Amino acid sequence: MHHIVIGAGPAGVTACDTIRDLDPSARITLIGGESEPPYSRMAIPYLLVEDIDEQGTYLRKSESHYSERRIELLQEGVTGVNPQHRSVTLARGDTLVFDRLLIASGATPVKPPIPGIDSPGVHSCWTLADARAIIERAKPGVPVVLIGAGFIGCIILEALVERDVQLTVVEKADRMVPRMLDEVAGSLIKAWCEDRGVTIVTNSGVAGIEKDHGGLTVNLENGDNLPAGLVITAVGVTPNIAFLAGSGLDIDQGVLVNAHLETNQSGIFAAGDVAQARDYSTGGYSVQAIQPTAVEHGRIAASNMVSGESVVHQGSLNMNILDTLGLISASFGQWMGVEGGESSVLLDEARHRYLKLQFDGEYLIGAGCLGHTQHIGVLRGLIRGRVPLGEWKGRLMKDPTRLMEAYLGSVLGVS
Amino acid sequence: MLRSLLIDADKCTGCVQCELACSFENEGLFNPSKSRIRVFTFHQEGRFVPYTCTQCADAWCMQACPVDAISIDADSGAKVVHAAMCVGCKVCTIACPFGTINYNSATGKVIKCDLCGGDPACAKACPTAAIRYVDADQTGFERMRVWAGRTDAGSSATA
Repeated sequence: MHHIVIGAGPAGVTACDTIRDLDPSARITLIGGESEPPYSRMAIPYLLVEDIDEQGTYLRKSESHYSERRIELLQEGVTGVNPQHRSVTLARGDTLVFDRLLIASGATPVKPPIPGIDSPGVHSCWTLADARAIIERAKPGVPVVLIGAGFIGCIILEALVERDVQLTVVEKADRMVPRMLDEVAGSLIKAWCEDRGVTIVTNSGVAGIEKDHGGLTVNLENGDNLPAGLVITAVGVTPNIAFLAGSGLDIDQGVLVNAHLETNQSGIFAAGDVAQARDYSTGGYSVQAIQPTAVEHGRIAASNMVSGESVVHQGSLNMNILDTLGLISASFGQWMGVEGGESSVLLDEARHRYLKLQFDGEYLIGAGCLGHTQHIGVLRGLIRGRVPLGEWKGRLMKDPTRLMEAYLGSVLGVS
Repeated sequence: MLRSLLIDADKCTGCVQCELACSFENEGLFNPSKSRIRVFTFHQEGRFVPYTCTQCADAWCMQACPVDAISIDADSGAKVVHAAMCVGCKVCTIACPFGTINYNSATGKVIKCDLCGGDPACAKACPTAAIRYVDADQTGFERMRVWAGRTDAGSSATA
């Protein structure tokens, strides 16, 4: 049985390892589009501050991991998939034939449609190559404009501040991390950053980027002009699906998959940032593009590639955790609440602490928090385990910090 | 035979010797907030519940780690964080449904129970034998594991 996995990110690498665990005799080919050992984009901010070297970003640390596990690693672009011929076409022109295929081709940063976006000195922060270019330019005192204060923008923000650049962040929405946290939390993060010397411009897009003598000028829609030695764009990512055009695969925002993470073409699966799969909270199909979901998809898809439709994907829980200059925030599931639901809120602005729980009946369905780092995984446990809270619901409405007690009380019956 | 922590909350008096022993063993200071085992207080019921990592088979933390910084210790079976490899991204802290792997802002890394390399300080410090280190299959963690199973997005189809 020949398994081909397109994409050497967390979903693809997890899938290859899982296939090997389940089937010692399978032939496994892992195709990555970059000329690096498989690495984690999540580790790039830590590379930017030189906490780690490039090897520290690698998904598997042993150099011989892939050869020992007999995973054939190709560094090559993929230009097409033909479900009828069960084949994959590589950039150099030849084709490979598969029995099972996993599409884990990930996502690419969205390039904002701004005049001058292709100027030298304008980068996204997504690949190791991007990181090298940013390290080259982001020197102490250099004016840097970061376009986008979403999740990825905020993760890079800290690294840029630590590199001592003169940073301005521009965000179109009315607050930071608008798709991860509510207005209260987004505003607290903004104030926190401003207190630490970062200029944050919200409610303004970028009108254009001009080349100046020796540098760049970023013209904002609000009329301001910002000089920049480096411009970084982080306005979101989009699934890598262009190479699947004409393949007959069902594609919406991403590659649509069923409860076995299989596409409309038998034997072809999708996982990770490219997959539009079931969301646990909503029951709908969406692209989550987060690390835990990528790994979960990779594992489940691999099991089904090896053993038929053996594992059902019940839906992944959307969740994120972010460290913005030491202020840690997280969100889980339906953090924005649902109609007819109830919420419990604790806000201590002076200490930058915020916790908001969302309930539907006696179930926790979502949460957002700021400044809380201890035992927060239990939020996932309570939501994803669909733990009936019973009398703990009322107690959490009064004091949302008693999460751990609620978990122990509800699950172990301590109460 | 693998061994694991057996916690009998009925025997716990809330003395927090386990927290002190853990933080001293692992962090070199007597600071319960740095302990990897925590005693939770139920005032209304007058009960105390010591709680830490169950070294669960699913190992959510290990699976979620983007840089391979968590591995299984072959001798103790514990899931161990390798501080030198941990970048401090904290994804494991939201992936663990038990809430038992936590960020340590002092080091910028995560910490969790590693069974002290096979000789857990909490069990030695507990004066009432509420925490014991015993053969793995005797532990009362099974019920929690059942709930952990429900956290998995994948479940085996019934034949």
